[in-house]
Amino acid sequence: MDELERRAEGATAADVRAALRKEERRDLRDLAVLLSPAAAEMLEEVALASSRLTGRRFGRTILLYAPLYISNECVNVCTYCGFRRDIDVSRLTLAPEEIEREARYLAGEGFRHILLVAGEHPKKIPLDYVERAVRVTRHFAPSVTLEVQPYTAGEYGRLVAAGADGVTLYQEVYDEERYASYHTHGPKKDYADRLEAPCRAAESGIRRIGIGALLGLAPWRREAFLLAAHADSILRRYWRTQLAVSFPRIRDAASHFDAPAPVSDRDLAAMICAFRLVFPDAGLVLSTRESRELRDGLVRLGITQISAGSKTEPGGYGGPREAEGQFAVSDSRSPGEVAERLAALGFEPVWKDWEEALHG
Amino acid sequence: MTDPLMIAGKSFASRLLIGTGKFPSPEVMAAAVGASGAEIVTVSLRRVDAGAPRGNILDSIDPERYLILPNTSGARDAEEAIRLARLGRAGGISRWVKLEVTPHPHHLLPDATETLSAARVLVKEGFVVLPYIQADPILARRLAEAGAATVMPLGSPIGTNRGLRTIDSIRMIIEESPVPVVVDAGLGAPSHAAEAMELGADAVLVNTAIASAEDPVAMAEAFRLGTEAGRRAFLAGAAPGRDRAEASSPLTGFLGES
Repeated sequence: MDELERRAEGATAADVRAALRKEERRDLRDLAVLLSPAAAEMLEEVALASSRLTGRRFGRTILLYAPLYISNECVNVCTYCGFRRDIDVSRLTLAPEEIEREARYLAGEGFRHILLVAGEHPKKIPLDYVERAVRVTRHFAPSVTLEVQPYTAGEYGRLVAAGADGVTLYQEVYDEERYASYHTHGPKKDYADRLEAPCRAAESGIRRIGIGALLGLAPWRREAFLLAAHADSILRRYWRTQLAVSFPRIRDAASHFDAPAPVSDRDLAAMICAFRLVFPDAGLVLSTRESRELRDGLVRLGITQISAGSKTEPGGYGGPREAEGQFAVSDSRSPGEVAERLAALGFEPVWKDWEEALHG
Repeated sequence: MTDPLMIAGKSFASRLLIGTGKFPSPEVMAAAVGASGAEIVTVSLRRVDAGAPRGNILDSIDPERYLILPNTSGARDAEEAIRLARLGRAGGISRWVKLEVTPHPHHLLPDATETLSAARVLVKEGFVVLPYIQADPILARRLAEAGAATVMPLGSPIGTNRGLRTIDSIRMIIEESPVPVVVDAGLGAPSHAAEAMELGADAVLVNTAIASAEDPVAMAEAFRLGTEAGRRAFLAGAAPGRDRAEASSPLTGFLGES
């Protein structure tokens, strides 16, 4: 990693152009060049290359998905999170019929890709419960991805059997020392276990793996290198797995946390373009954490999946609830409005890109 | 119709097949398909959503005008591809199927063994099977023996727009194949389509290069012309690339019979 940082610091405009011109597969050294201060001066050129490559691989389509928060209970203390266990917010775990109501609502909005989200709580959110949540949601959506605690390979196997096809698990902070300072209590303290979990999921037959760093917690360039190295190692080991990378920036939450290493809009755009150029076939994901203006711009650079109309509190789609949300949503447009805007920007919003018959 | 393309007993005037994914909108897709002159249009079964509140990909394609060729994209093995194909038939879409088995979700290269075993099952079940394959002359033979209606070797990996990188193998497949050869994937420019047709391919399939062009409708027309130009050149008997200094009478004629 130190070598990559040195390479980024020393990169020139000519190095950036050489990386952009490359016909063969780009590697992590190219990533360093594409995230260098020199590349930042040439962001338009980098963006153009990224946009073209995205068009070739994904065409002019954007996949839409919706998060469905099933519980905000949590035993961890992650100092930045609105669900951390030591703050007094109202907690809720949805009953299966409430999950069904939320899933039906999202299906009515058009969604066929649903992301189930929960905190980590062995008693209040046991595996049986998550399994049941997957089964209920699968009645309404052919694709169900889980953004919940890490599991063992055997446990992931049960979730695959229940019908889950994706697992999203952010490492949050790749720098190990900083990770320890943010994750002070609970099972999430185990850095290595979390880092290995996406591989356990892939091994158990999960078809889509989503990873990411929560941007703003540690110097972004080094985090980007480590994230890319993680992506690369997963792809080398699990070649049948579809990889997605998310770029969540820390948002206001009940934790009232100030990001110590803020990532600017330009830095975020540079990361998205660089990941596209190094991982031409990876899904790149952006949530409603970002503003409509920024999202409208970033879908043209390399993003391929976005959420829309999101509520980050359990039960949020069924009307106002008491439960606290995980973070503040910046883009509050309805799914229909987002779809219309994508069309105006020249992208087809894709609601369904998966099929029941593809589940084993 | 002169010089029709024949697949499974059906004849087609156009030798350009079009994929429907990746377009900026259903309207542009429909207009591009129209401009391409294509009569066979592929649709990903995993995109089909009969109950969609906000538009189903099939709504934009007139089944009276086009033969809808559902594909099994997303299938990682024979079993999944077979299930998808059955779904397409049960849903009334078609008993034709473009068989794609692509276990590697990133470069989407086809799995030869799984494709062959899926083709055997689907042919037995009465499907018209058009398999997407690597440009492998032996595999093409095996699929033809298994009853595939065409073979569809790739020019280069999907979405790369690199043209006929597999040209030597494609040439061998064309020379030998008892079923129509449709060059599929990687054709990035009308000149690539023309080149494939000049070699003697029976048809070409294009999606990305049209869908992600700045003006997909104009590019669709350009591919129509490229495909037609290549076909006409093939029929006209393009001069073979052999040594030009071929004498009109034998150089050794004066030697008499040995």
